[in-house]
Amino acid sequence: MSMKETLTGPVFNNNPIALQILGICSALAVTSSLNVTLVMCVSVIAVTAFSNLAVSSIRHHIPSSIRIIVQMVIIASLVIVVDQVLKAYFFTISKQLSVFVGLIITNCIVMGRAEGFAMKNGPVASFIDGIGNGLGYSVVLLFVAFFRELFGSGSLFGIQILETVNNGGWYVPNGMMLLPPSAFFLIGFFIWGLRAWKKDQVEEPEFKICSNTRAQEAV
Amino acid sequence: MASNDTIKKTLVVAVALCIVCSLVVSSAAVLLKPAQVKNKALDRKSNILAAAGMLEPGQSSAEIEEVYASKITPRIVDLQQGTYTDKFDPKNFEQRKIAKDPNTSVELSDAEDQANISRRENYSIVYLVEKDGELDKIILPVHGYGLWSTLYGFLALESDLNTVAGFGFYEHGETPGLGGEVDNPKWKGLWPGKEIYEDGEVAIKVVKGAVDPGANNVEHKVDGLSGATLTSNGVTNLVQFWMGEMGYKQFLANLKSGEA
Repeated sequence: MSMKETLTGPVFNNNPIALQILGICSALAVTSSLNVTLVMCVSVIAVTAFSNLAVSSIRHHIPSSIRIIVQMVIIASLVIVVDQVLKAYFFTISKQLSVFVGLIITNCIVMGRAEGFAMKNGPVASFIDGIGNGLGYSVVLLFVAFFRELFGSGSLFGIQILETVNNGGWYVPNGMMLLPPSAFFLIGFFIWGLRAWKKDQVEEPEFKICSNTRAQEAV
Repeated sequence: MASNDTIKKTLVVAVALCIVCSLVVSSAAVLLKPAQVKNKALDRKSNILAAAGMLEPGQSSAEIEEVYASKITPRIVDLQQGTYTDKFDPKNFEQRKIAKDPNTSVELSDAEDQANISRRENYSIVYLVEKDGELDKIILPVHGYGLWSTLYGFLALESDLNTVAGFGFYEHGETPGLGGEVDNPKWKGLWPGKEIYEDGEVAIKVVKGAVDPGANNVEHKVDGLSGATLTSNGVTNLVQFWMGEMGYKQFLANLKSGEA
């Protein structure tokens, strides 16, 4: 696999959220405004890339019995560093993200890539794979956040697009969009759109429904 | 490769990894600490100024520091006596620590605990704005429980110690777009001019829906946040608590009669 494929593959062809269905939790939590989402995406890209790099560099020395813990310690340390940097330089946004930066540790994508890719590939390829998967995650998050902020608050990146009724305009915000469950619908639409475009991602049905079963067969 | 799984190697890798990671984490924490402390202090100062209506949009951090240093005088208040005290230095005063310490706080009974905060500190920091030697505004920290979180904010009063000069929260975890609208400048703009007390009783409240301008006591009522009844109730409760007997009422009365 070439470097370019490693980088761009996870964006649409092998998207961590849409195809691997990893990292859904934070996609629900931090997508109600684009500014916050963007910072979250950058943080996740940094953590995935550097944890992949670190895990891959020491992969020949990790005893298999404690490999998950080793990955966890590396990821957790990186997340703490990211959290500290945000608190020092992006104070207002770190206040909004609050606990969710810490929860990057539990983001399945980070650990999934460390275990699934970095343990078997070289440091450079792993680093690129981390960035690629971070980007794949970001695409979905920004997609969700775009619709949630636009229809939930009538703004994009905090700039008012649709004047809301609260501010004397005409737009009645959709309260559902501000609540986490709306992200489920949006991610669903995203996956639907993606699979309509790339048919090979459609999974084989696990079972087929019989044509017209008669009642007596069930008795 | 197989040698990786010996007990010795496992221990060596685990210990080495822990040392490296703890070095990285602790150096990040230590190196970034000054910037973080500065941010926190600046954030608090700008919120104090914002509550008093003295924060201009687009002010740089240096300007905020300057306005704060020249206009605001912090003092510590003993809430039980309702007087100023010099027991603590306002510079290092940590109200949340004081609120947790059983020696410097009181436990509230269910009937008293309107703001749902379970303990109330006995000492609180207040910020005075003076003009020509006279008190112009006073900024009081308030907090209480909303729907999901404790809201922390500042309530500024005019020199009559009854009229609201400004109100705002600097920390909360309410639902963005619903309860989070406590940060909406338009809603915050409804507060200045409202009056806290009526015949010595706390009368101010956030009502459900919009205030009917023809109704009685409009000066004590503020529009509710639509879709956020519980946050609105929380705001009512915390304002009534902090303005009431357990809060600043005694101190404000003393201040008015010149006995503080």
